[in-house]
Amino acid sequence: MSRQWVGFAVFAVVMLAVPAVPFIPDYWVTLLAFVGVSSLVALGLVLLTGVGGMTSFGQAAFVGFGAYATALLSTSYGWSPWPTLLVSIAVTAVAALVIGLVTVRLKGHFLPLGTIAWGISFYYLFGNLQFIGAYDGIQGVPPLSIFGTELLSGRAFYPVIWVIVLAAIALTLNLLDSRVGRAIRALRSGAAAAESVGVNIWTAKLAVFVYAAVLAGIAGWLYAHFQRAVTPGAFGLNAGIEYLLMAVVGGAGHVYGAVLGAGIVTILKDLLQDWLPLVFGQGGNYEGIVFGILLVALLQGARTGFWPLLASLFPKPGARRILDAEPLGHEGAGTDNPLLEVREARKTFGGLVAVNDVSFQVKPGEIVGLIGPNGAGKSTTFNLVTGVTRLTAGQIVFRSQTITGLAPARVARRRIARTFQHVKLSPAMTVLDNVAIGAHLRTRAGFFSGMLALDRTEERRIFSEAARQLQRVGLADRMHIEAGALSLGEQRLAEIARALCLDPVLLLLDEPAAGLRHGEKQALATLIETLRDDGMSVLLVEHDMDFVMRLTNHIVVLDFGSKIAEGSPQEVRQNPAVIEAYLGADL
Amino acid sequence: MSALLEVADLRVAYGQVEAVQGVSLSVEPGTIATVIGANGAGKTTLLAAIMGLLPAKGGVHFEGEDLAYVPAEERVARGISLVPEQRDLFATMSVQENLELGAFRRGRAEIPQRLEEVYALFPRLKERRRQHAGTLSGGERQMLAMGRALMARPRLLMLDEPSLGLAPLIVRDILKTVSQLRDTGVSILLVEQNARAALAVADTAYVMELGAITLSGPASTIAADPKVSEIYLGGGH
Amino acid sequence: MDGTIALFLIQDGITNGAIYALLAVALVLVFAVTRVILIPQGDFVTFGGLSLAALEMGRVPGSVAMLLALAAGAMVMDLVAARHDFRAKRIGAILLRTLVPAGLISGAVVLLAPLQLGPAVSILLTACLVIPMGPYLYRIAFQPLARASVLVLLIASVGAHLAMTGLGLVFFGAEGYRTAPLIDANFQIGPLFVSAQSLLVIGATVVLLVLLSVFFGRTLIGKALRASAINQRGARIVGISTELSGRVAFAMAAAIGIVSAILIAPLTTLYYDSGFLIGLKGFVAAIIGGLSAYVPAVGAAFALGIVESFSSFWASAFKEVIVFMSILPILLWRSIWSPPHDDEEE
Repeated sequence: MSRQWVGFAVFAVVMLAVPAVPFIPDYWVTLLAFVGVSSLVALGLVLLTGVGGMTSFGQAAFVGFGAYATALLSTSYGWSPWPTLLVSIAVTAVAALVIGLVTVRLKGHFLPLGTIAWGISFYYLFGNLQFIGAYDGIQGVPPLSIFGTELLSGRAFYPVIWVIVLAAIALTLNLLDSRVGRAIRALRSGAAAAESVGVNIWTAKLAVFVYAAVLAGIAGWLYAHFQRAVTPGAFGLNAGIEYLLMAVVGGAGHVYGAVLGAGIVTILKDLLQDWLPLVFGQGGNYEGIVFGILLVALLQGARTGFWPLLASLFPKPGARRILDAEPLGHEGAGTDNPLLEVREARKTFGGLVAVNDVSFQVKPGEIVGLIGPNGAGKSTTFNLVTGVTRLTAGQIVFRSQTITGLAPARVARRRIARTFQHVKLSPAMTVLDNVAIGAHLRTRAGFFSGMLALDRTEERRIFSEAARQLQRVGLADRMHIEAGALSLGEQRLAEIARALCLDPVLLLLDEPAAGLRHGEKQALATLIETLRDDGMSVLLVEHDMDFVMRLTNHIVVLDFGSKIAEGSPQEVRQNPAVIEAYLGADL
Repeated sequence: MSALLEVADLRVAYGQVEAVQGVSLSVEPGTIATVIGANGAGKTTLLAAIMGLLPAKGGVHFEGEDLAYVPAEERVARGISLVPEQRDLFATMSVQENLELGAFRRGRAEIPQRLEEVYALFPRLKERRRQHAGTLSGGERQMLAMGRALMARPRLLMLDEPSLGLAPLIVRDILKTVSQLRDTGVSILLVEQNARAALAVADTAYVMELGAITLSGPASTIAADPKVSEIYLGGGH
Repeated sequence: MDGTIALFLIQDGITNGAIYALLAVALVLVFAVTRVILIPQGDFVTFGGLSLAALEMGRVPGSVAMLLALAAGAMVMDLVAARHDFRAKRIGAILLRTLVPAGLISGAVVLLAPLQLGPAVSILLTACLVIPMGPYLYRIAFQPLARASVLVLLIASVGAHLAMTGLGLVFFGAEGYRTAPLIDANFQIGPLFVSAQSLLVIGATVVLLVLLSVFFGRTLIGKALRASAINQRGARIVGISTELSGRVAFAMAAAIGIVSAILIAPLTTLYYDSGFLIGLKGFVAAIIGGLSAYVPAVGAAFALGIVESFSSFWASAFKEVIVFMSILPILLWRSIWSPPHDDEEE
């Protein structure tokens, strides 16, 4: 059993033992039960916000969907509470799917603003629908019962809540450590990278969104039967803000941060509601003052929340063991000649012609360099080939098929892999996990098999492949550390390893030598040569002339968006147009 | 200390990468110093650090005073102006408004006279004064960026790649203006990728490679050094 | 629905729309200059309105304590920031921009409030109390985050709103107030009754919008604010400091909040938390304008006012749902058509 699961087991035993300890007062057991309910919502937010990069202020609305669904069915329609759990989940999932289809498409700060908008709207909607009691809500929700025993007290209800919370934590841990989970973890700081190895980022975003909502919906179901009443006030924007505060306080990137944050905020709120009215001499909801200041102070001083501080007291999870496994399927190198053909590619931005009818070819087993002074259109050309930018005119043909206009994830399916000029690794993930994302298209495990850990054989194959590629680029001894701790040179190598996991025919390198030290450049050049000797074709954009001249078979020179020269390194070096483009004309 | 600007062992790091690795240089009053080097050598970072736009380690002294705790806005008031590589114009404001803002730290009263002087230097800007800066051509933008910097009446003008993206004839005009400015007493720190053009106007030159100065001396000596062309086009070793 | 009702609804919508327009302008201004999506904008309206109501009754408003609290907060932040450079001159400068002015204003208000010197003095005192809250709020919550992403600033803004509303409850209490109308008259134009107050609202909004355009078009500081909004780096290299533009923008936001409060306080009862919803409507309008353009935001605000007043006629229970849901398609449209940019954070 890995350390992660030892930790989980200890945590589970401690939390489940609480109600059995007689000297813990009922009051605290009940409070911890509420912490559990909130933890579920916060856990969803950790995934959505901290891991997936989508900040939601509206999560309380999904708690509302879950709570109202069961409250309505178990009062007006006389359903027994247990089957309504499935209905609560279904209602929340459908609602989240519909809302999510719009929400995950929102860019940047529009996304949290959108969640504020629907967060408020649902509060007013709940408060105005007569069949769910409008602002009075639904009273007299029946309690849960097990084997005929009604769970009326906090002490009795507590185990139900915490068994569910612990199950959710276990499933979430599994999910994060799966093929889909790694794609989700890459959304926040490496969405473009995930896309470049074939991850459909919209599906991944929607999956997290629905998952987070369903956790909130389950929390709502628990809430309804624990509180025995449902009113819209509990599902408004302020509640949504409180849930987000929990995620931020705990540490928005960590599963246990959700529990910690929910604990801190719930208990603090309880204390503040007792004490602040004494301080101010009148009744009222003053905890907002403290919460507001706490939120701002955390953003200014400790943006990672409290969990990382606490986690540093525990031993770190051990390194993943790489087990022998059947290798992933491997297809042969491409022999089509030319392999890649760029035909009169043109890109204009407004009136500016960034790429002006540029044509060139990459032949099998060849290293082609794309060079030119600053602003020559190299990066734009590169983006046209990888599908990041759409062509204004012209064609990109790969292995005799046009790939013009394909999105990056589709280009990746043709076995074209790339690296990025500004390295896109997820700094908090291990190097190995980052590289493993590269094998996305060569594997199949889905959301549920990841969550239920049914994917372990395939996982072993993925990691043995990732380890093999890391070995190939010379990073075998660094694979278990966080990617953020690598030097820039190592990060570039890790990106190449990730690209290699795609089993590419053509490798595109965007300024691979930028910022590297001399020795690192040598190593990189040797690696690229080895790859070529293994039959891979390489197209690289680079401005380090030494590097390009030494490494490439063929060079294409751009200036002001147009191709001004093409040929062998020797030819290009002596071309007067190239000399002028680089050194400037004699005045 | 006689130099107007004295930079000693300046270091700038982006995360783990040190883009400027211990650069020392000085600009004497009334001269043009140029820093040349290939793309990615760290030249732009160097200027941004001297301007105070990036956190840096090491010493920057201007007119003998340490600028360590002086923010960029204050450095403008002290007499350092930067014409950045991106120009950073106010695109949806008129040419004249851009210029007026150049004199923000000097106050309203000085604006009319400074405007006259800048328009005299760049008559083209006067013709276009009501036009939005965003509608100007590349050469005109460069003039506007320089004009805006001159509105602050700097004693040190720092130019970052003024030739970038401009046709050779315009580059020549711009550099002619730069030497005119030197003759009126403004000292200039010129960062250029276009080595030949920069060396033709400069008094002193520094060659920058991978974040460090690898060669320095009088501009004419540097211009004759065969190593310069090697740095740009690769040594072929 | 007959024509009279329609006209009445339009009048009502335009009156509310005028208020939303003012708030939308403030939000666009603050966002353009500082990238802060100012959720507490509505709180300035509340504080302005409640201060005015208190002064009208001859009481010392809760905003005195509020101002002192914010000034003290700003002072602490300034002192912490200055800890490496602790000279008497610098500490003096910090006191001079925090506790000293706040203390003087508070003293003046405490002395003058019981005298009930009439609406003009009340408005002036309200302005003196609430406008400085803007720059102090900027200093405390946002200046240390000047380099953070819009997202982080938004979460901080929500936090600031939470704290401000809580403090509003402490200092103003839970009771609601409404001020006396500045002009108490009604006209009949054809079939329509028009209240002088709603004409005043529309007139004052138009005047303020004109004044703002003069400020941005003619004054150097106005141009400097525009410049910071267009290109922050460009602004810095001509000597406009980020902090200065941030403070000015926040002061203007607070001032616009007060104007809205003066206009709206006679029309509706204000509670310590009413500002939020009013502010959010301004917000919807600002977002329809893309958070970057004044004219579309003002247009959207009037349209929103009218949509709101018609939906309160046809489906009053779902008025808010309709208003807030209406921004989702707009956000989506803007997301799809905005130029591709890196969604990712640092």
